Amino acid sequence: MIAELGHFATILALVLALLGATVPHVGIARGDSRLMAVADNAAIGQFLMAIIAFGALMYSYIISDFSVYAVAANSHSAKPMLYKIAGVWGNHEGSLLLWILMLTLFAAALSLKGRKLPQRFRTRVIAVQSALVVGFLLFILFTSNPFVRLDPAPFEGNGLNPLLQDPGLAFHPPMLYLGYVGLSVAFSFAVAALIEGEVTPLWARWVRPWTLVAWMFLTAGIILGSWWAYYELGWGGWWFWDPAENASFMPWLVATALLHSAIVVEKRDALKSWTILLSIVAFSFSLLGTFLVRSGVITSVHAFANDPARGVFILGFLVVVIGGALTLYAWRAPKLTPGGLFGLVSRESALVLNNILLSTFAGVVLVGTLYPLVLEATGSGQISVGAPFFDFGAIVLMSPLIVALGFGPLLAWKRGRLPRAATTLLPALVVALVVGLFTYWQTAGGVVMTAFGLLLATWLLASVAMEIAERTQLFKNPAGFLRRLRHLPRASWGMSLAHSGVAVLLFGITISEAWTEEKLVIMQRGDTAEVGDYSVRFDGVAPVTGPNYTAIQGHFYASPKSGGADIMLEPQDRLYTDPVMNTTEAAIHSMLSGDLYAVIGEAAGGGRWSVRLYFKPFVVGLWLGAAMMVLGGLLSLSDRRLRVGAPKAKKLSAEA
Amino acid sequence: MQRFAPLIIVLALAGLFFMMMTQEGRNPNEIKSVMIGKPAPAFSIPGLEADAPGLTDADLRTGEPVLVNFFASWCVPCRAEHESLMALAREHGATVIGIAYKDTPDRSLAFLDELGNPFAKTGADLDGRVAIDWGVTGVPETFLVDGSGTIVYRHWGPIVGDGLEAQVLPALEALK
Amino acid sequence: MAGLKTRKRQRLVVMIVAVAVLALAAFLIVFAGRQTGSFNLFLQPSEVFQQKVAVGQRFRLGGLVETGSVARKDDGLTYEFRVTDCAADLPVSYTGIMPSLFREGQGVVSEGALNADGVFVADTVLAKHDENYAAPGTLPKNEEACGHPEALTAGQDGR
Repeated sequence: MIAELGHFATILALVLALLGATVPHVGIARGDSRLMAVADNAAIGQFLMAIIAFGALMYSYIISDFSVYAVAANSHSAKPMLYKIAGVWGNHEGSLLLWILMLTLFAAALSLKGRKLPQRFRTRVIAVQSALVVGFLLFILFTSNPFVRLDPAPFEGNGLNPLLQDPGLAFHPPMLYLGYVGLSVAFSFAVAALIEGEVTPLWARWVRPWTLVAWMFLTAGIILGSWWAYYELGWGGWWFWDPAENASFMPWLVATALLHSAIVVEKRDALKSWTILLSIVAFSFSLLGTFLVRSGVITSVHAFANDPARGVFILGFLVVVIGGALTLYAWRAPKLTPGGLFGLVSRESALVLNNILLSTFAGVVLVGTLYPLVLEATGSGQISVGAPFFDFGAIVLMSPLIVALGFGPLLAWKRGRLPRAATTLLPALVVALVVGLFTYWQTAGGVVMTAFGLLLATWLLASVAMEIAERTQLFKNPAGFLRRLRHLPRASWGMSLAHSGVAVLLFGITISEAWTEEKLVIMQRGDTAEVGDYSVRFDGVAPVTGPNYTAIQGHFYASPKSGGADIMLEPQDRLYTDPVMNTTEAAIHSMLSGDLYAVIGEAAGGGRWSVRLYFKPFVVGLWLGAAMMVLGGLLSLSDRRLRVGAPKAKKLSAEA
Repeated sequence: MQRFAPLIIVLALAGLFFMMMTQEGRNPNEIKSVMIGKPAPAFSIPGLEADAPGLTDADLRTGEPVLVNFFASWCVPCRAEHESLMALAREHGATVIGIAYKDTPDRSLAFLDELGNPFAKTGADLDGRVAIDWGVTGVPETFLVDGSGTIVYRHWGPIVGDGLEAQVLPALEALK
Repeated sequence: MAGLKTRKRQRLVVMIVAVAVLALAAFLIVFAGRQTGSFNLFLQPSEVFQQKVAVGQRFRLGGLVETGSVARKDDGLTYEFRVTDCAADLPVSYTGIMPSLFREGQGVVSEGALNADGVFVADTVLAKHDENYAAPGTLPKNEEACGHPEALTAGQDGR
C-alpha cells in the first residue's frame, strides 16, 4: 500500500511539475499574476509529493518489504538500520528519486526564500526548475520505477554491495547530489536571464548564494567519497581519477570558476555572457556525471548496474536540456550588453585568469575521461588514461592559479598596481622560497615536485596572511589592528579561510605523497616491523562476527620510538554473506603528524600473515583543507544572507 | 560562430555516446562465464518436495545432455521464460533441471503449480551457495551440461524472443 | 602597464591568454601524456604476442586468471599466475597483497611491464569488484577459443 502511495505521489508530482513548467510562462506573457503564482504553488506541491514518494520508498526499506522490487534487489533483512536507509540511494532507482527530491527542494526553496526577487523573474526561474523536474520524473516513471511490485515476493533480499556498507559512503551520495542539483539553480537562473534577455549585477548577487551552497555540498561530497576510498579500498590512495570521480570533479571545477566570475558580474557588470555560459556548463557537467555512471558507456567501480534503454533516455534528456540551453545561449547571448572595461592588471584580470585555468583543467579532465571512449569508437584499440596524465595537467594548470591566487585579492578593481601588490607579498615570497629551497636541499635535490608543492602551499598561506595584514594595516597602524580585524566583513573571512583551505590541502597532498612509508611484510605473532617512527608488533589474529559478516581481525601494537603510549591497530578482512564478498577494512590511526595505516592480507601458512603497513604524514591536511573550504563558503554565505535583497551596494572590496 | 561552439561540442559528444551505447554486442556488464568447458562444480542440495531425493552433481553425469536452470518464484523474468522451458521439456524432449535460488520450497512449488513444471528434477539452493559456485550473475540463468558433467553453454538472462530458436536449441543440437 | 583602452583590445588580450592556455592543454594531452606513460595500452595476452610488446614498456593486461595456475612463492608475498584470453596466456608475477576478490577463473586487470624472461611483472592488480561489475577488458576478445557460442554473434571488435 505504502509503495503504491509513493508511486501515486510521483505521478502527482509529475502533473504539478508539468503545470509549473508551462502555466507561469503563459502568465508572464499575459501579465496575469495569478497564473504566474502557479509556479510557486506547483514548486511547493512538487516538493511535498517528492517527500511522500521518497518517504514511502524509505519506509519500504526500513520494514524490509521485499515485495517492492527495489528493496528486494538492494536490501537484506539482516542489514544494520543505517545501511537499510542508505540502501535507498545506493542504487539507480532510489538515487534518482533522491535527485528529484533535491531538485524539488531547491525549487521550493527558491519559491520561499526568493520572495525578494522580482516576481516575473522568479517565476521564470522556478518554471525552468519545474521543467527539469518533469524530465527526471518521466525518466523515473518510464524506465526506473522503484515502486514496482514483485508478486510473489522473495523471502529475502539480495543485499547491498558490502563495499558500500560504510558510514562514509552512506552520506557521500546525498552530499554530492545536493551539490549536483544545487547547480541546477544557477542553470535555471541563467536560462531565465537568457529568456528575459538581461543580466544585471543584481542577477549575479542572486545567483551567487545558490552557487555557493551547491559548491559547498559538492566539495563536502567529493571529499567524503575520497575519504571513503582512502580507508575502505585498502590501497592507501584517496584519489584514483576514476571516471566516476572525474564526473564529480568537473562540475566542481566549473562551479568554482562560476563562483569567481559571478563576482565580476556583481561588482563590475562585466563577463556577463561568459558567466551565463558557465552556469549552463556547470549543471551540464552534473548531468553528464549522472549519465556516465548510469548509461553503461563507461565501466567504473562506481557504476550502477545499467541498461541501454535508460542510457538512451537520459542521453535524449541531456541533449534536450543542455542543447536547448546552449541554443538559447547562442541566440540570446549577443543581446547581453557588454560590461565595464578593466585594466590588464586588475582584480578582474586575476579572476579571468582563474576562470581560464579552471575551465581548461575541467576540459583536460573531460578529455582524459572520454579519450578512451573516442579511441574505442574509432576502433583504434583500448587504452586507459592513467593518473600521471591528470596529475601532470593539475600541476601545469593549477600552479599558475595558486601563484595568481596570492596576488588576486590584493589587486584593485578596474586597475590594480602590480608593484604595490608585489611589495606587500614580498615577505610571503621570501618565506615560500626559504621553505622550497630548504626542502630541496633536505631531500638532496631528489624530489623537485615536493619542494615546489611546499613552496606553492607556503606562498598561498603566507599571502593570505599578508592580505589580511594589509587590509587591517597591521604594519602601518598597529594600534587599530584588532578593531579593524573585527570589522572585516564575513565574506572576506570566508574568502581567506577557503583560500587557506586550498593551501592546507596542498600541504596535505604534497607531504603525504612525498614522505609516505610503505612496508609489505610477512609477520607472525610477536614479529615487529618498522614504519615511520613507529615499531609495529603483530599480536596474532582472531575471528570476529558482525551483523552480516564474519571477519579475521589482526591485532597490532604500534609504539612510537620517541616514547609514549602504544597505539592499537585492528585491521579486518571481512567476508560478507549477502551478497558473498570479501572486503578489506584498513585500521587507521589518524594523528596530526600522520596516519598509521594497517591492512591485513592473506594467511601465508604457519601462522604467518601478509601485512601492509603505511605511515602517511599529514593526510589530515586533505580533510582539514576541504573542511576549511566548506567553512569558508559557509562564512561567506552568512554574510551574503544579510545582504540578499539589500539595496544595490556600490562597492564592497570583500571577496574575490 | 564562437557562440555556437559549446552547442557543437555537446552535440558531437552526444553522438559519440549514442554510438557507444547502441553498438552491437557491447555490454560492459555481461560477464562471460568462465565455467564453459569446465566440469560442473560439485554440490548436493535437497529437493523441493520434502520427500523427493536431493539433487547432486551426479545427476548431471548421466550420459545425456541436461539443461540446468536457476530460477526463483520472486523473479519476474523467470515467469517470462517459463514458456520456453516448458517447450524445451515437452516439445524438444530436453531434460531440464531446476534449481530454486534463494526461495522457500513452498513458494517455488506454488510457482510451478501455477505455470506448469518443466523440470525433470529440482533442487533448493536456499542460501545461494550453488549459484555462487556456478558463477551465476542473476536469475534466471541456464547452463547446458553435456552427458559427462561438463558445462558447454550458458544462457545469460531469460530465454525469451528468439533466444530459444537461435541459441539454446542449436547448442543442444550440437551435443546430439 | 598599459591599460586596456578599448573593448576590442580587452577582448583580444583575454582571447590570447585563453588560446595560450588551451594550447598548453593541447600540448599536455598530446605530448606529455605520451611521455609520462599515461596512456597505457589495454592488451590481452594474444595481443601482447601479436604486437611484440617491448620489454619494459608499461601496459595494462586484461584477461582471466588461468585455473590452477596461481602459485605463491616462499616469501609469502610474491604471487605467480597466468593470465589467459583462451587463445594465449602470459605468466604474471606480482608482489604485494592480492585484492580479496582475486580468484582463479575470474577476470583480472594488472598493470606493469614485461621483463627479459617474458614474465609480466605487475605492480597493481585489480580484480572483479562484485557480481555486477567485470573489470573492463577482462572479457576474452577471442571468445571462440573459450568455446563460447555467443562469441559468433558478438561484434567485430570482439566485445
